[in-house]
Amino acid sequence: MGKAELPLHAPGTQVDKGYIGESTPRPNAQRLLQGRGAFTDDLRFPRLAHVAFFRSPYAHARIRKLSLEKARAQPGVVGVFDGRAVAEYCKPWVAVLAHLKGIKSPAQHAIAIERACWQGEACAAVVAESRTQAEDAVQHIEAEWEELPVVVDMEESLSGKRVIHPDLGDNICFKREHDTGGVEEIFAKADVVVEDTFHFGRHTGVCVEGRAILADYNAAEHSLTVYHATQAPHMMQDIFSRHLNIPEGNVRVIAKDVGGSFGIKVHVYADEMATAALSIMLRRPVKFVADRLESFLSDIHAREHRARVRLACTKAGEILAFDLDDLTAIGPYSVYPRTSGIEGNQVVNLTGGPYKHQKYRARMHVVFTNKNVTCQYRAVGHPIAVALTEGIVDLAAQKIGIDPADFRRKNLISDDAYPYTFPSGIKFEKLSHHKALDLLLRITNYAGLRAEQSRLRQQKIYRGIGLAAMIEVTNPSPAFYGVGGARISAQDGATLRLEPTGMVTVMCSVTEQGQGTEGIFAQIAASAVGVSIDKVRVITGDTGVTPYGGGTWASRGAGIGGEAVLLAGRALRANMLDVAAKMLSLDKAELDVRDNHVINRLTGEAKLPLAELGRVAYFRPDTLPIDFQSELTVTRHYTPRQYGFTFTNGIQASLVEVDPDTGFVKLLKHWCVEDSGTVINPMLVDEQIRGGVVQGIGAALYEECLYGPDGQLLNGNMADYLVPMAGEMPDIVCAHIETPTLQSQLGAKGVGEAGTAGAPAAVMNAINDALAPLGARVTRMPFTPERILQALKKV
Amino acid sequence: MKAPSFAYAKPRTLAEAFELIERPGAKILAGGQSLIPTLNMRLSAPELLVDITGLAGLSNIEAKNGAVRIGALCTHAMVERSPEVREHLPLLAEAMPHIAHPAIRNRGTLGGSLALADPAAELPACAVALDAVLIIASRKGERRVRAVEFFKGLFETDLKQGEILVGAEFPKAEKSAFVELTRRHGDYAIVGLAAVTKQRERRISLFGFADRPVLIRPGSLEEAKGSLPKPAADLYHSSATKLHLAKVLLERAWNRL
Ligand SMILES: Cc1cc2nc3c(=O)[nH]c(=O)nc-3n(C[C@H](O)[C@H](O)[C@H](O)COP(=O)(O)OP(=O)(O)OC[C@H]3O[C@@H](n4cnc5c(N)ncnc54)[C@H](O)[C@@H]3O)c2cc1C
Repeated sequence: MGKAELPLHAPGTQVDKGYIGESTPRPNAQRLLQGRGAFTDDLRFPRLAHVAFFRSPYAHARIRKLSLEKARAQPGVVGVFDGRAVAEYCKPWVAVLAHLKGIKSPAQHAIAIERACWQGEACAAVVAESRTQAEDAVQHIEAEWEELPVVVDMEESLSGKRVIHPDLGDNICFKREHDTGGVEEIFAKADVVVEDTFHFGRHTGVCVEGRAILADYNAAEHSLTVYHATQAPHMMQDIFSRHLNIPEGNVRVIAKDVGGSFGIKVHVYADEMATAALSIMLRRPVKFVADRLESFLSDIHAREHRARVRLACTKAGEILAFDLDDLTAIGPYSVYPRTSGIEGNQVVNLTGGPYKHQKYRARMHVVFTNKNVTCQYRAVGHPIAVALTEGIVDLAAQKIGIDPADFRRKNLISDDAYPYTFPSGIKFEKLSHHKALDLLLRITNYAGLRAEQSRLRQQKIYRGIGLAAMIEVTNPSPAFYGVGGARISAQDGATLRLEPTGMVTVMCSVTEQGQGTEGIFAQIAASAVGVSIDKVRVITGDTGVTPYGGGTWASRGAGIGGEAVLLAGRALRANMLDVAAKMLSLDKAELDVRDNHVINRLTGEAKLPLAELGRVAYFRPDTLPIDFQSELTVTRHYTPRQYGFTFTNGIQASLVEVDPDTGFVKLLKHWCVEDSGTVINPMLVDEQIRGGVVQGIGAALYEECLYGPDGQLLNGNMADYLVPMAGEMPDIVCAHIETPTLQSQLGAKGVGEAGTAGAPAAVMNAINDALAPLGARVTRMPFTPERILQALKKV
Repeated sequence: MKAPSFAYAKPRTLAEAFELIERPGAKILAGGQSLIPTLNMRLSAPELLVDITGLAGLSNIEAKNGAVRIGALCTHAMVERSPEVREHLPLLAEAMPHIAHPAIRNRGTLGGSLALADPAAELPACAVALDAVLIIASRKGERRVRAVEFFKGLFETDLKQGEILVGAEFPKAEKSAFVELTRRHGDYAIVGLAAVTKQRERRISLFGFADRPVLIRPGSLEEAKGSLPKPAADLYHSSATKLHLAKVLLERAWNRL
């Protein structure tokens, strides 16, 4: 069913699609551009105090002694606290989930007690009248340290020679094995077996706005209001409530404008918990905003995998089996409450994902190290799984001598095979790999690119074309976190209220991080109710106002929150027609709503402006029948449940030119064909893809958190940590297939992570395609000039 | 990332400025594009910042006697857009767009860049290649130092407390070439070279290579490649990689000299 057939109006009516599928500009863009955003750091409160943290200079050290007296005596200081003091107000946490069998992690405190386990872990907090004063005073904290052995390398961690948390017995946080059976036999007799080891650099999500929290404890009510740059206000409400011992109803979390999050702002951070605890301890508002140096040391990092993958296929190019061994390191703690086991788990779930083979074996270890913690960052596990899959698929194609596009066509799950269960156990509702591949080959002019490539090679210009097919987890059901015991909502809700003037207010539990969610909710609400978009106002990010829900993560906002808005909009329209029917003494079935009017459904004739309906419903209900009460505020919720995840699919292509003298890679162009179901706003979807591709390119070419052997972060600043910048980015061409999910009426799947999931693989394959005639190959991301020169044996 | 507190003064005359910068803990502030970040990162904590951007007469660009004199307070953007520079110092004209980004070029100054002596910066290397003369003023008067003698080491120059770099004279050259390699546009170079031919002599100055610009005066390309010292590694590039890249740049620039 294409979007044109979607039932976006009451059955049998001819009311049009409204704004669904249109590139409507997002209403909040102008406000942000005019500098009228309200980010957490913009808020001003009377008696606001500021916290700065004394952070461990060592990757692993016992805190023998902390002398806080000098710091306490500095100008403007309100208080200086160590881990023990804060722990009296904030319970520690252990980040494990029941469905990740055997996962273990030590208890983590808001402020480290006795021992620091990574460079940058907060070991004391200074609260002062200004941030400058707090930072000044931090310099007066004196610590006596006893350095402990440091584990930075993940292979070394796995070997268990030195155990970071002796109570846990070893350094293994989590391991998983999966086996369909029959893998060994297939590899033993397959015509072709290829194997390679891929390395993925540890990197991080760099948000324009750093992490920010302003906690305001009110002793009179024993209530806590937290202004928080977060993706998940309700999750944080629950956590503040349980760990700070305040009744849930007394905790309100407000996420005003948020300047990017990418998964960075969906976790529990020790320094943020400490800030909330300090507000309770001091009975005044306390603010913490991570500066850029702190962000690099304490925002979650991600990736850092070493994976060996093998593929077996026939001479004719039929893939038979995948065999995977993944190792990933997560720092000293699993991150609360989602755990740091998910990324590795996703790699196991997704590797080989687009293809038809039936045999699959995987082994995966998640180990502790003395580096900053890692957790879910945009596309969680996908960039790894896609690069492993597509890297080894290209190697197989090369070995057999088949064009990579043809090899994929032979092996992609066919478009009529759904519903389909993949050998890792995950289920696909409906994907469109072949349509996507065909479209990609058309928009890239693939044959033309190949011809140009061979022509240029004769002039010693080395271009490469890389493809990356992928599947992606979106719209997760409670199977993601809830079943494991995490108090993270997989359902979301929307409340729609008709205002007396005929305007519509939308309150939704999915949040806005800058991605335009509020814009698409306005589009859906306007279309579902029958009003013009200028009549819609959207409120998100306030646990005191919106229905309960999960928030923004795992590409779920449009598919889940959007469906809730749609259902609420339909219900509101029906309730409005009830009022209109009474007012007009007509049968409700004869009426509909369009262009801010109640109309005659058959003739389209305008019967009643909504402003008049609102006036009567709210101010003159005395004119309505005595047994009738209007209900012009409606709430609906939605949870995807039929499938664990609503998978999407897509395919990307990258065109690069490698300079074999310098090892430099020039990105010439990038394409992405994506099937994210119903496209609600093409402009926003394309920009999500482009932004995601850029982050994926960052992983492929630029971004890596470099650590020294002593566990010191070597490049934790914007000069040395290279984020991708506009000047180097290629044009990114987006195209879409629309296969709506039939689980919802809106039909939208997620799209926010697709670009990031596929781009590293596409760029890697393009580079290796360019290097192939030179006999070189790279498998260690990011592909720096030095790594490419080494592969070329030039250095 | 808040700077520790400091006093601030903005003198209007050189005489006032000299008096201020002689005070203990004083530091000159020009465009602030390098100094302010080091303050915010608490890598340095001067007691007094002496903002020299209000001094008159230090923002001129003037061509005379076979050289172009550029005032220390000329911003990178002014140098980039200067017709005198484009006509007489094509090397500088070619180099300027490689310095940082437009917003930074609008504030960063020639004097600040030379005085900072970042080993990966473009301007010190250009000054060495062109055999520029740096003009230094203090209460005692003016002195002139050749670029090769001015750059003493990593962020180290011949400047002494109480002195202000007021400008530099860049002699014209017949031919020039500027090339550098950066991962991203606007980054400091991994390695780069500024090269000129003067009276048939090739003067090639490498940056991003050692603790200061390295000047070589080779007769042939082979000699050039052979005469390179062992470069210092950086975060992303080993010494061997830098050496290789420097040789590639030499090959690319050679035919233009
Ligand atoms: C993101 C970013 C990227 C950059 N990239 C590059 C790049 O690619 N290449 C490059 O060359 N530079 C780069 N820079 C630095 C920039 O060019 C600076 O402007 C320049 O190095 C210093 O000039 P300034 O006027 O800002 O000096 P300031 O920051 O004000 O001062 C720098 C130092 O010089 C001293 N000083 C300044 N003027 C004088 C004077 N007249 N006499 C004596 N001492 C003086 C100061 O006391 C201080 O120690 C970059 C900067 C940033 C922020």
